[in-house]
Amino acid sequence: MSPTQWDLPVELCCRPMAFVTLTGLDVVYNAVHRAVWDAFCANRRADRVPISFKVLPGDHEYPKCRPKRTSYEWYIPKGILKTGWMNKHLNLVPALVVVFYELDWDEPQWKEKQSECATRVEIVRQSLQGRNTKVAVVLIQKKTPLPPGEDVIASERAAALCNACELSGKSLFVLPHTDHLVGYIIRLENAFYEHAQTYYYTEIRRVKSHKEFLNKTTHQLLFVRHQFKIAFFSELKQDTQNALKNYRTAYNLVHELRAHETNILEIKTMAGFINYKICRLCFQHNTPLDAIAQFRKHIDLCKKKIGSAELSFEHAAWMSKQFQAFGDLFDEAIKLGLTAIQTQNPGFYYQQAAYYAQERKQLAKSLCNHEASIMYPNPDPLETQTGVLDFYGQRSWRQGILSFDLSDPEKEKVGVLAIQLKERNVAHSEIIITLLSNAVAQFKKYKCPRMKSHLMVQMGEEYYYAKDYTKALKLLDYVMCDYRSEGWWTLLTSILTTALKCSYLMAQLKDYITYSLELLGRASTLKDDQKSRIEKNLINVLMNESPDPEPDCDIFAVKTAQKLWADRISLAGSNIFTIGVQDFVPFVQCKAKFHAPSFHVDVPVEFDIYLKADCPHPIRFSKLCVSFNNQEYNQFCVIEEASKANEVLENPTQGKMCLVPGKTRKLLFKFVAKTEDVGKKIEITSVDLALGNETGRCVVLNWQGGGGDAASSQEALQAARSFKRRPKLPDNEVHWDSIIIQASTMIISRVPNISVHLRHEPPALTNEMYCLVVTVQSHEKTQIRDVKLTAGLKPGQDANLTQKTHVTLHGTELCDESYPALLTDIPVGDLHPGEQLEKMLYVRCGTVGSRMFLVYVSYLINITAEEKEIVCKCHKDETVTIETVFPFDVAVKFVSTKFEHLERVYADIPFLLMTDLLSASPWALTVVSSELQLAPSMTTVDQLESQVDNVVLQTGESASECFCLRCPSLGNVEGGVATGHYIISWKRTSAMENIPVIRTVITLPHVIVENIPLHVNADLPSFGRVRESLPVKYHLQNKTDFVQDVEISVEPSDAFMFSGLKQIRLRILPGTEQEMLYNFYPLMAGYQQLPSLNINLLRFPNFTNQLLRRFIPTSIFVKLLGRLRQENCLNPGGGACSEWRLRHCTPAWATEQDSVSK
Amino acid sequence: MAVCIAVIAKENYPLYIRSTPTENELKFHYMVHTSLDVVDEKISAMAKALVDQRELYLDLLYPTEDYKVYGYVTNSKVKFVMVVDSSNTALRDNEIRSMFRKLHNSYTDVMCNPFYNPGDRIQSRWALLPVSASSPGGPYFLCPHPVQVGPAFCVLLPSLCRTCLAILVAKMQPFGK
Repeated sequence: MSPTQWDLPVELCCRPMAFVTLTGLDVVYNAVHRAVWDAFCANRRADRVPISFKVLPGDHEYPKCRPKRTSYEWYIPKGILKTGWMNKHLNLVPALVVVFYELDWDEPQWKEKQSECATRVEIVRQSLQGRNTKVAVVLIQKKTPLPPGEDVIASERAAALCNACELSGKSLFVLPHTDHLVGYIIRLENAFYEHAQTYYYTEIRRVKSHKEFLNKTTHQLLFVRHQFKIAFFSELKQDTQNALKNYRTAYNLVHELRAHETNILEIKTMAGFINYKICRLCFQHNTPLDAIAQFRKHIDLCKKKIGSAELSFEHAAWMSKQFQAFGDLFDEAIKLGLTAIQTQNPGFYYQQAAYYAQERKQLAKSLCNHEASIMYPNPDPLETQTGVLDFYGQRSWRQGILSFDLSDPEKEKVGVLAIQLKERNVAHSEIIITLLSNAVAQFKKYKCPRMKSHLMVQMGEEYYYAKDYTKALKLLDYVMCDYRSEGWWTLLTSILTTALKCSYLMAQLKDYITYSLELLGRASTLKDDQKSRIEKNLINVLMNESPDPEPDCDIFAVKTAQKLWADRISLAGSNIFTIGVQDFVPFVQCKAKFHAPSFHVDVPVEFDIYLKADCPHPIRFSKLCVSFNNQEYNQFCVIEEASKANEVLENPTQGKMCLVPGKTRKLLFKFVAKTEDVGKKIEITSVDLALGNETGRCVVLNWQGGGGDAASSQEALQAARSFKRRPKLPDNEVHWDSIIIQASTMIISRVPNISVHLRHEPPALTNEMYCLVVTVQSHEKTQIRDVKLTAGLKPGQDANLTQKTHVTLHGTELCDESYPALLTDIPVGDLHPGEQLEKMLYVRCGTVGSRMFLVYVSYLINITAEEKEIVCKCHKDETVTIETVFPFDVAVKFVSTKFEHLERVYADIPFLLMTDLLSASPWALTVVSSELQLAPSMTTVDQLESQVDNVVLQTGESASECFCLRCPSLGNVEGGVATGHYIISWKRTSAMENIPVIRTVITLPHVIVENIPLHVNADLPSFGRVRESLPVKYHLQNKTDFVQDVEISVEPSDAFMFSGLKQIRLRILPGTEQEMLYNFYPLMAGYQQLPSLNINLLRFPNFTNQLLRRFIPTSIFVKLLGRLRQENCLNPGGGACSEWRLRHCTPAWATEQDSVSK
Repeated sequence: MAVCIAVIAKENYPLYIRSTPTENELKFHYMVHTSLDVVDEKISAMAKALVDQRELYLDLLYPTEDYKVYGYVTNSKVKFVMVVDSSNTALRDNEIRSMFRKLHNSYTDVMCNPFYNPGDRIQSRWALLPVSASSPGGPYFLCPHPVQVGPAFCVLLPSLCRTCLAILVAKMQPFGK
C-alpha cells in the first residue's frame, strides 16, 4: 500500500481529452518537424480543441486488443473496474493516429514515395490490430498549394495516394510548411477532433452493444463497468451532459450491488470515483447545488458501510478523503468564479474531512496497538506480482475472488495485520493538521472568526498530540484571547489546560507560570482538586523545584520534560519574570483606590490596594510595589518582606503578605505629596506584585493603572448594573465588587487660613479714584511669611475694560493711562498669628459697566505633615463685581431772556445758557466748582462766575446754573456756532481731603445763530397794579445797514387803557435806536395781556409779529390795589406820577416788608 | 428533542448552556460558539434590511454531519441557540419555532425574577426547564438534587423533585403567581 492509497487516481481527477498520436515526426533532428510539433503543443488555451497529443514512432506497439468475446454466458467478471483502464484510454490507446510524411505533389520520384507512405500507414495499422482507431495522413509540403480544383496533378495524385494507403479522402491532409503554420495547425486540429469524436462515438456504441448479452445474476459488476465506460467515453467525446447522465446511472448501479465485508471496499471505492465525477461535472455545469445534493446523498449512503470492524479506520480514511476531495472540487469551482456563502463553503468539507481523519486516528490507535514483538508478516501479503492491483478497491491477497466466503482465513488475518501495522506508521496528525489549516483558510475567507478559532484550537491540540509543542503553544496562545474576550470560560479553560501541558512538556517557565496563574483564576472552570494541584506545582516552580507532571501526558514525553526541568533548575539567572496581567485573568485580583479624588498638599495622600486571590489555598507574596507617574513616590509605596524561601509554605495564613482565598486584603499606603506637585495629577501607573522571591523564582504580576485584568471591566459593568443587596460584612472587610478603581488623584494647595475682606462703597463713579480697602487677617497658628497681594481687574474679561481700568496704591494723584489694570505681587510682609493688615487700593474706571475685581493673597507657611517639614504656599482669593455709573447727568439748554426755549439764537441779542446737573450717584457728591469756558465766538453779557461752588448734591438732586451770553453776528455758519465747554470739578462728599478733585468736562452744544433786521426790547416793570400807571418803553434797534421804514401800531386791550402813539410810521437809521414810550393803565387784576405792539417792516416782510413776540413781553401780572395804594388813596391828590413809578420799581418783597415795618 | 440549549448574552458570552450528553459538553460549547458567526451575520443582514416586523427566529444556522443548529434572537439581542440531532426528523420548522418561543418565555420569567441580575450567568440548571420538558423528545434536564433511594442515588425529573418544587414555589411567592 502506498501512503497515497486513499488519494483519487490522477486519471480520474484530470479532465479527459481525446488522445491523438502523431507519428513520422522527427522532433529531435528535423527543424521543420520540431516547428510543427511546437505549434501543436504550445499555447493550448481553452479556445483550442481539447486534444492531448503525443509523438510516437511509427512502429509503436499499442496495447493489444483482447479478442472479441462472442458470448458472455460463461464469463464471470473479477472486479468492477481495472486499475489500468482509464489510463489506457487517456494515454495509451489513441482515437486517431496521424502519419506525417514529407511529400510534395510534384515529387519526381512519386511512385517510390507513395509506396513508402503506404507502407508506413500499413505498419501503423498493423500495430493497431483490432482497434477502431482512425488513421490519418498529413503530407508536409514545401510549396503553397493551389486552390482546390486547379492543380490537376495534385488531385490525381491525392486520389492515388488514398487508394494506396486505403484511406478515405477525408483522412488525407496537406500541411504546407509556410508562413501560416499555426493557422494550418489549428485547422488540422479541428479535423483531428472530429475524427476523434467519431472514434469515441463508435466506442460508446461498442460498449453499449455488450449490454444485451449480460444477465442480472452474474454480470452485475459488468453493468457498472459498462456504464462507467460509456460515461468516460462520453467525457472523452466532450459530451458532458451524457457523461453526467451515465455516471448517475452507474452510481445507482453501484449501490445495487450486493455488498459484503469482502467487497465493500471495492464498492465504496467505485462509488467514490463515480461520485467524484458527478460532482465535478455538476460544478462544471455551474449547478453547485446539484453537486452538493449528490455529495450529501453519497455520504448518507456510504456513511454506514463501514465494512470490516478490524479495518474500520479505513472507512474513516475513505470518508475523510471524500470530504476532502469535495472540498477541493468546491474550492476549484470558486476559483473559477462560483460564489460561496458563509454557511456553505469548502471549509465545512475540510472540517468534516479533518473530523474523519481524527476518527481514523482514534480507530487506528485502538485497533493497531499491537505489541512491538509482532513482526510485519513475511511474505508481504500486500505485495502483488505487478506491484499494482488489477481492480480498484480489492484486497491484494485475494484479487479477483468474488466469493463472499473467506477461502483462506489465515491469509486474511495476515493481510489485516499487515494493513494495521502499516496504518500505525501513518502520520495522522499531519493529515489532520493539513485539513484543518485548509478549513481555517476557507473560514477566514467567509467571515467565520469563531469557527476559525475553533479549528485553530483543534490544530493546536493536534500539534500537541504530534508532540510539536512549540507550534501547539503558538496556535493556542493566538486564539486564547478570542475566547477570553468573549467570556467563554469553559472553552478557555480547556485550551489553557492543553497549553499548560505543552508548556510543562517543554519546560517553558514563563508560559507555564502564566497558564497556571490563569487556570487558578476565576475564569477557570476547573474543579478545586485540579486547582490545588496546579497551585502546588506553581509554588514548586516558584521555589525553583520541578513541578509534578500534568495528568494524561505521554510517559516518554514526561520523562524528557523532567530532564528539561532539571536543567532549568540547575541553570542560574533569569529567575525573575514580569507578567503583564491586562491580557489575561490571573488568580490574584488587584484594585487601587485613592481615598479621595483630591488631596491637600499638607495632608498625606492615602490610598488602598485591594488584593484578592481566587486560588484554593492561601498564597504569600513577597513584595508589592506601586508606581506613579511621578516616580519619586514609588519608594514610599513598597511592601516587602524579608522572608526566607521556605517560609512560602509556613504559616501561610498569617501576616499581611498572605492572601487568603476569597478574602479581600486591604493594604493602606500613605505618602506626603511634594509641593511641586500642587495642581498636578498623581496617577498610579502600575502595581507590581511579586510572588516567590529572588532566591527561588520570582514572578512579578504587573497591573497597568489601578489594577484590572482582561475580565474585570465586564465584571465592573455587571456589578454596577446589579441591584443585589450585599450581606453585611465585618467593618474591616469590603465586598470586592463594590470597590471601584480610582487610580488618580489631584494634589491641591493647602486650605488658607486667613480672611480677606474688601471694604468699599459701590457703585464706582466714572473716572473717580474708587477706594477699595483690603483687610487681610491671619488665623494661622504660626507666622506667615512673604504675604503678597495681587489685586485689580480679574484677567479674562473684555479687553476694552483693561484699557479703561487703572489701579494704583496711591490715591493722592489721579492715575492716567500708564497705570496697569492689575497690580501683581505687592509685597505686604509677614503676619503674626491673629495680626491684621489693611491695604488701600484705588481704582479708576473710565467707562461705565460692571467689572470683576480680583484680590489674591498668597503666603508661605511652614507645616509639619507626617513628621516632615514642608513649606506650603497658600493663597486665598476674593472676587468682587463692581458696577461703575455716571456720577451725574448734565443737561444744557438755550433760552431767551424770557426763558422761552430757543431753537436758534439771534446775533447780538443776549440769550441764556442753562446747565442742569442731576446727581445720579447713590452717594452724596460735592461740586467743588464749575466753570464755563466759552468759545471765542461767544461773549458774555455779565460775569461768568460759578453759582454752584461747594454745593452738596444728594441722590436725585440737581444743581442748575444760568449764564447770559451773547453771540455777535458772524454771518451764516453751517452747523451752528461752538459754545464752549462746561467744566465741573467734583468729588464724593465722603472722600478724604487728599483725594484729588475730578474735573468732568462737558462740551456744550453748538447753536445756530441767525441775524434779524430789527430788535425790539421792552423796558417795563415786573408787575403792575390795578388803576396805577404802568410806563412801558420799547427800544427799537435797527440791526441792518439800511434805513428802515417801520410801521408801528398798538392794538387796544380790554384790560388796559393806555396813552402813547397808537399808530406811527417812522424811519430808523442804521445802527440807531428809537424809543417808544407808552403809559399803560391796568384796569383788571391778574395775569393780563398787554396791548400788543405790531411792527411792520416794509423792507423785511419776513419780520412778523410772531418773531417780535419773542423779544417783548406780551403779558404782565397786575396786582390788586394793595394796602399801600389805599393809604395813598387816603391822601388824594398827593404825589406826582414820577414818584409812583419810582416806588413801583422796588421789588415787591421790599415794599411788603416796608409796609409791615410800618 | 434538542441536544443542547444555549442562551447567549448580547455581548456574546454564554448565560446558560446545557447539553444532554454531558460527557462531550465541550463539543457543544464549541458548536454553539461557532454558530455565533452565523448569528452575527444574520443579525447584521437583518439590521440592513430594516424590517419593521422583525423575525426573531433565525432559522437553521448551519448543518453539520450529525447535528443541526438553530438560532433565535430576542429584541434585546440575547441569542438562543438550539442543537438538534440531524437524525431526528420529527422536528420540523414549526416545532423548532415553538420550542424557541417557549424558551423565550422561560427566559422572560428568569428575567422577571428579582433575584436575578440581568447579564449574570444563569446558575440554575432548571431555570429554562419548561422548554425541554415540553419539547417533543420529553424532558431531558434532570434536576441537580439527587434523592437517596436506599443505597443508590436517584435523579428525578425536576417536576418530581421536592427540592426543586420547593425552590420554585419560594421563587414564585413574591409575585403571587
